[in-house]
Amino acid sequence: MAKSPPTPLPPAWADQLLGVFCPSELQEELLGDLYEQFEQQVTQLGESTARRLYVWEVIRFCRPYLISRQLRALTANLTFNSSISFLPANMLRNYLKIALRSLAKNQVYSFINISGLAVGMAIAMLIGLWVWDELSFDRYYQNYDRIVQVAQHGTVNGETWTETNLPYPLATELKTNYPTDFKRVLKAWQIQDHIVAVGNDKLSLTGEFIESEAPEMLTLHMLKGTRAGLREPGSVLLSASAAKALFGDTDPMNKVVKINNAMDTRVTGVYQDLPHNTAFHEVKFFAPWDLYVSANPYIKEQGWVNNFMHVYAELQPNVDVDNVSTKIKDIHLKNLVGNTGQLAFNFQIFLHPMSKWHLHSGFDKQGNNTGGLIQYVWLFSLIGVFVLLLACINFMNLSTARSEKRAKEVGIRKAVGSMRGQLISQFFSESFLVVGLAFVLTIGLVAVSINWFNEVADKEMAILWTNPYFWLFSLGFILLTGLLAGSYPALYLSRFQPIKVLKGTFQVGRFASIPRKVLVVVQFTVSITLIIGTILVYRQIQYAKNRPVGYTREGLIDVRMSADDFYTKFDVLRQELMNTGVVYETAQSASRATELWSNNIGFDWKGKDPSVQADFGTLTVSPEYGKTVGWQFMAGRDFSRDFSSDSSAYVVNEATVRFMGLKNPVGQTIRRDGKPFQIIGVIKDMVMGSPFEPAYPTIFFLRGPLNWINIKIKPDVSAADALPKIEAVFKKVVPSAGFDYDFVDQEYGAKFADEDRISSLASFFAILAIFISCLGLFGLASYVAEQRTKEIGIRKVLGASVTNLWAMLSKDFVALVLIAFGIATPVSYYFLSNWLAAYTYRTDLSWWIFAASGAGALVVTLLTVSFQSIKAALLNPVKSLRSE
Amino acid sequence: MGRTYLGEFEELVLLTVAILNGTAYGLAIAEDLKRRTNRSINLSGVHVALYRLEEKGFVKSQLGGAIAARGGRRKRLFSITAYGKRTLDELRQVRYDLWEAMPNLSLS
Repeated sequence: MAKSPPTPLPPAWADQLLGVFCPSELQEELLGDLYEQFEQQVTQLGESTARRLYVWEVIRFCRPYLISRQLRALTANLTFNSSISFLPANMLRNYLKIALRSLAKNQVYSFINISGLAVGMAIAMLIGLWVWDELSFDRYYQNYDRIVQVAQHGTVNGETWTETNLPYPLATELKTNYPTDFKRVLKAWQIQDHIVAVGNDKLSLTGEFIESEAPEMLTLHMLKGTRAGLREPGSVLLSASAAKALFGDTDPMNKVVKINNAMDTRVTGVYQDLPHNTAFHEVKFFAPWDLYVSANPYIKEQGWVNNFMHVYAELQPNVDVDNVSTKIKDIHLKNLVGNTGQLAFNFQIFLHPMSKWHLHSGFDKQGNNTGGLIQYVWLFSLIGVFVLLLACINFMNLSTARSEKRAKEVGIRKAVGSMRGQLISQFFSESFLVVGLAFVLTIGLVAVSINWFNEVADKEMAILWTNPYFWLFSLGFILLTGLLAGSYPALYLSRFQPIKVLKGTFQVGRFASIPRKVLVVVQFTVSITLIIGTILVYRQIQYAKNRPVGYTREGLIDVRMSADDFYTKFDVLRQELMNTGVVYETAQSASRATELWSNNIGFDWKGKDPSVQADFGTLTVSPEYGKTVGWQFMAGRDFSRDFSSDSSAYVVNEATVRFMGLKNPVGQTIRRDGKPFQIIGVIKDMVMGSPFEPAYPTIFFLRGPLNWINIKIKPDVSAADALPKIEAVFKKVVPSAGFDYDFVDQEYGAKFADEDRISSLASFFAILAIFISCLGLFGLASYVAEQRTKEIGIRKVLGASVTNLWAMLSKDFVALVLIAFGIATPVSYYFLSNWLAAYTYRTDLSWWIFAASGAGALVVTLLTVSFQSIKAALLNPVKSLRSE
Repeated sequence: MGRTYLGEFEELVLLTVAILNGTAYGLAIAEDLKRRTNRSINLSGVHVALYRLEEKGFVKSQLGGAIAARGGRRKRLFSITAYGKRTLDELRQVRYDLWEAMPNLSLS
């Protein structure tokens, strides 16, 4: 396949940066010139130099002329609005001037204020983008509100599970009997990887076999061909990226593509890749359902008892999902007449609307919808709001702390005739100026960090430069933050009585610092809670990661048997692999070691309680499986090729023994559908499902489907040495299939993806929360130190040591942090024990986590405050006392 | 001559616009200037000068057609106005008069 090298593109973030300080009406021509120059430089100087020069050129566009032109364009709208509101335009300029001067005069405060706010706002914005991305999931599809997936609840022993696997005749039943409710009903196979070949080139691509109306239902955007492309038997629709990967720049239309070495298809269309925040986004090709059935004819023979396929549907307009759900509830059960085993599961069909697929796919053990990802959306929104609140608190605290300094200004303004409303406006315009500056910084911070954030959050988000909602939201954001941050100083400072202030007898009341203290306590409560949460999440993940898994993951790889050759040539393959000298053992199994795909009923044993419906995980293996994965035997022996009787033998795990209540399991008989099997061995529980759940009672046996090859590399051979040799064997023995392998320890690690993500996000938020809090503390401490300069001078003259003074200045803050700790402990205990309760296999909330968090916060506080208080304590009293 | 202020760099840019006669846009001007003057010229400087000149009425502009090389973006083509041309003429006249008024000094 010829692939042309991609044309190099200049860094996108530089373009976005240009958008910040460049008037939008000029952007097209400027970017055009920049691109043209970039292309020339790529050919002349090479790509990396060209990129560097490009960025440099963009930075140089940050010129006063362009920025003032940008500001003029912005303020043209602003002054128009404000002239009709309570802010007179001419005064606004005066307010802004004064605000700028006061910012320039107190650079430390300004820096703390602006950077603290910017960091807080940047986090809130990142979270906002994330929430937006989550909430807009699947809205790409035009029939979003009418698309549903048919699913069912099954109940056994009072526990309900929810699944999307359904019996084959169900779709036809829905289609024929409920035409007024369903516009389309589509049978589909599980979305999974398939080997796709063009000539001799093979790729593993995720695909979906589905009925021909799918492109219509999903409103696929066709780049080539039409949505009718799936109606022809033996056709396939490729996504643009798949077409590119398979055919490069040549036209893929009508070319032949072979799927899984068995199905010949012709490309009848290319559709635009589905956006990342949609269901089906990983699907790279759609192929007709009938094609799958013709390659797997057994499907047509399946009746109502076997749940294995997916059904999607589009409702008729103005049909209520819940009504239809109720109507079709009993279809499955009704058709199971006479099959008592299946009837016992009490299946209930229901419709799961697309609007709930992503965020509301969690079901509890009573079958109620418990949300799902939506909980993280709430949690992170909450954290975002809190972090923003922390930043606003800093702003309010610093402003009120400085109130005494500005009291005289307020007094004079009032004496000269300012109305209180005008003073309020003045303080608000100050806070809006700070927020505005912080917002500019925020955009920069977000632009810089969004790629990293995407990586952590596993997203493909971008700043929504062109989205009007984004700007509307940002504007609202600025207004809200400005109001929130400015309200306290505006309302508090404007209340001062001019006479009192100007006479010089003005004293801020004894309790004036109380609100400030309360706010500091709030800040540290949030920070400490976040730290405790972070430690616990981390501990929980480590705990589960270190859980004994019952087998050996190291050097274990698995390969899906994606071609018929695997089934006929496995013995040759195994022999050849063993001959390479790098392979310890090779075996086959029905699923990979990290997954358990099937479970069955119909088992019977001595002492079984007849009222209990027993459901066991079942896994077919080849006799070498145990040796390959490194089973650990509690009793009995492994399967062996030497005993032909092992074809009716079981190896079971400990959970099975516990569930069955067997005393001496080895040698006992289990009947399956009446046939006797003998237990020959008991192994330690293998963690095949969720590492946070107890192991499922599982039965291993020899006869049955085998879909995976497990290969254990010798422990003293490195994977890098072994893999080429293994691949060579695969190429030789099964040339029709690619060597597409996965490491089991990586597969196992992937089970922690969600938790890992929460962990890194939580630590990120916790670090920033404590940073923002400390920034505020730093400002307050410096203010207090400054305010008490004279007192410190006198104390020093009278003989106080630096240590005394340090202790005096620090103890107030330490007390605040201790109070915060006292509040944070029960609050976080409550939330975290709830969070932990969702995991069966979980770590405990030990006391030291709280102690460590509290101690940590205390140390950080002392470090922050000490800097200022030691500086104040070291000050020469001659200087501080000279002026009086 | 009225009080028309034209910076040195602006004057160079304006001259280049006149030279390129209809094909002048940011990058072309920058490259032409680089070639003729041997100084390091950056795009942003040229663009800002062009916008200033336009605000002062020395040049006028219109958007041209899109080209693939520019990522499908259009270029803004600048051309000199009659007022711009007259200002250049006046400037040249002033310089010329000044040169004429210079006594023939021998400085060798």
